[in-house]
Amino acid sequence: MSKNSDLRDATYVGIRTDGTRILRPKSPHLQVYDMLQITSGLSIGARITGCAWTVGLIFMVWWLAAAASGPDAFADVQWFLGSFLGLLVLFGLSAAAWFHTLAGLRHLAWDFGYGCDMPAVHRTGRAVLIGTAVMTVLTWLVAIIAWA
Amino acid sequence: MSDNSIKFPMRTPLGRVRGLGSAKGGTHHWWMQRVTSIALLPLTLWFVFSAASMTGQSFEATQAWIARPFNAVLLLATIGLSFYHAAIGVQVVIEDYTRGELVRTGGILAVKGLCWILALVAGLAVLRIAV
Repeated sequence: MSKNSDLRDATYVGIRTDGTRILRPKSPHLQVYDMLQITSGLSIGARITGCAWTVGLIFMVWWLAAAASGPDAFADVQWFLGSFLGLLVLFGLSAAAWFHTLAGLRHLAWDFGYGCDMPAVHRTGRAVLIGTAVMTVLTWLVAIIAWA
Repeated sequence: MSDNSIKFPMRTPLGRVRGLGSAKGGTHHWWMQRVTSIALLPLTLWFVFSAASMTGQSFEATQAWIARPFNAVLLLATIGLSFYHAAIGVQVVIEDYTRGELVRTGGILAVKGLCWILALVAGLAVLRIAV
């Protein structure tokens, strides 16, 4: 066990059956829950897609800054976003954005007290996954039609 | 029904905890995360489909689109709210999964600083084209 530098961690100290001390994981974590369950899988999924979207905002900033800088800088963004890697990033980002948006909608419903029973949780969980697929395809249909 | 619902029949759980806590702001972070998420719902719908329909557009056409007052205002709102929502969201992730005061506070400050800079860069870009 590493040196404990955080007072709050005092409550996270546990003891193994052989008597040695161990730091418990701080939050419900990947090693604690079965990620194949739709409940915990979608829960951590909302966090991961939120973080991915945060990083992805850099591309929006790049796009806007390049449009303000001039044709050369804008051509660079167009080149990257149109490349295989760029398209892959954009596709992943669009899927992550729709997942996070729909999962967020589910969280808002929970905040208002709706859909908290297990059958509803499973139902809305599946709806989030299907909705993500539908909205991502729809987004790329718009993009492909605009391209053509 | 709990005792509280008998004593305060008209008050929601949120109403009860507002103004409590050492800094009287215990729910501010949670509340702002919800408020910005609701505001970002229509803005995100608009931005994602707008960006998708801008695919392959020329430099001039992109500038003209950003310069339209309607688009410029919504872009500024999207930028501000997105980075606010992202910063307080990543803050929770850092608080949940990191150990140690230095890593936690340093990480949160670094993320917030980066979000501020990126939001200002994007905002300035929109204003430079639109104004």
